[in-house]
Amino acid sequence: MDMLLQYLIVFVVGGTICLLAQILIIRTRMTSARILVLFELIGVFLQAVMLFEPIKQFAKAGITVPIIGFGASLARGAMEAVKEVGILGIFTGGLTATAAGIAAAVGFGYVFALIFRARSKKS
Amino acid sequence: MDKNKINMAYSKFVENRLPKTKFFPSLLWAFLVGGLICCIGQGISDALVAIFPSLSKDNVQAYTLIILIFLASFLTGLGVYDRIGAFAGAGSIVPITGFSNSIASPAVEFKNEGLIFGLCVKMFSVAGPVIVTGIVSSMLVGLIYYIVGLL
Repeated sequence: MDMLLQYLIVFVVGGTICLLAQILIIRTRMTSARILVLFELIGVFLQAVMLFEPIKQFAKAGITVPIIGFGASLARGAMEAVKEVGILGIFTGGLTATAAGIAAAVGFGYVFALIFRARSKKS
Repeated sequence: MDKNKINMAYSKFVENRLPKTKFFPSLLWAFLVGGLICCIGQGISDALVAIFPSLSKDNVQAYTLIILIFLASFLTGLGVYDRIGAFAGAGSIVPITGFSNSIASPAVEFKNEGLIFGLCVKMFSVAGPVIVTGIVSSMLVGLIYYIVGLL
C-alpha cells in the first residue's frame, strides 16, 4: 500500500512538472532547448538553497528524473567538491557529479546514430 | 504580385499542415507521459535496490538515469521517441529521457552530413546550451558556497 502511494506521488509530482513546462511551451512558444535550460536552472537553484533534498525525500524519482534532478546534481557536486578540496571543487564538482549522465547520453546517442538510419518523418 | 500570391498560399498551406496543439489535451498528455516516465524511473530504481542491495543511494540514482538514457536513445534510434514527443510535448522533453533524445535525435538525423560536421556537431544543438548553462551555474554555486564557507 505504501509502495502504491509512493508511485502515485512520483507520478503526480513528475507529471505536474511536465504539465507546467507544457503550459510554458504553449503560452510562450519556448523551444525545447530553452525549457531544458530553464528547468535545469530551477534544479540548480533548489539545490543551492538546500530545498532539493527534502523534496527528493518526498517525491523520489518524480523530481530526480526530470531535468531538475540533473541541475540539482550539478549544484550538489560543486558544493560537495568545494567542501572537500576547496577552490578546485568549483571547477571539478559539477561535471564530476553529472559525468555519468552526460557520458551515457553522448555515448549511447553516438552508437545508436551509427546503427540506425534516419526515417522520413511521416505525420 | 504573383510571388505574393504564391507566398500567401504557401503560408496558408503550412498553417494547415502544422499540428494543431489543443490546449487541454496537450496538458493532459504532458502530465500522463511525464508522470509515467518518472514512474518507470522509480521502478528501475526499486528493482536495482532489490537486486543489488549493496549499491549506495547515489549509485542507484546514477544507474537509473543511465538505464533511462539508454532506453531513450534506443527508442530515438527506432524513431519511436519522436513519435511519442509529437503528442506528449513537455512530457517527453523535461524528463532526462528528453535530454537523451535531444542528443540522439539530431545525431541520427544529420549522420548523412558527415561524422564530424553532421553527427558530432548537431548532437549538441540542444544539449550544448544545457551543458554550458549547467557548468557555468554549478561553478557559480561552487564559488558562492566557497565564499560563504570563508566567512
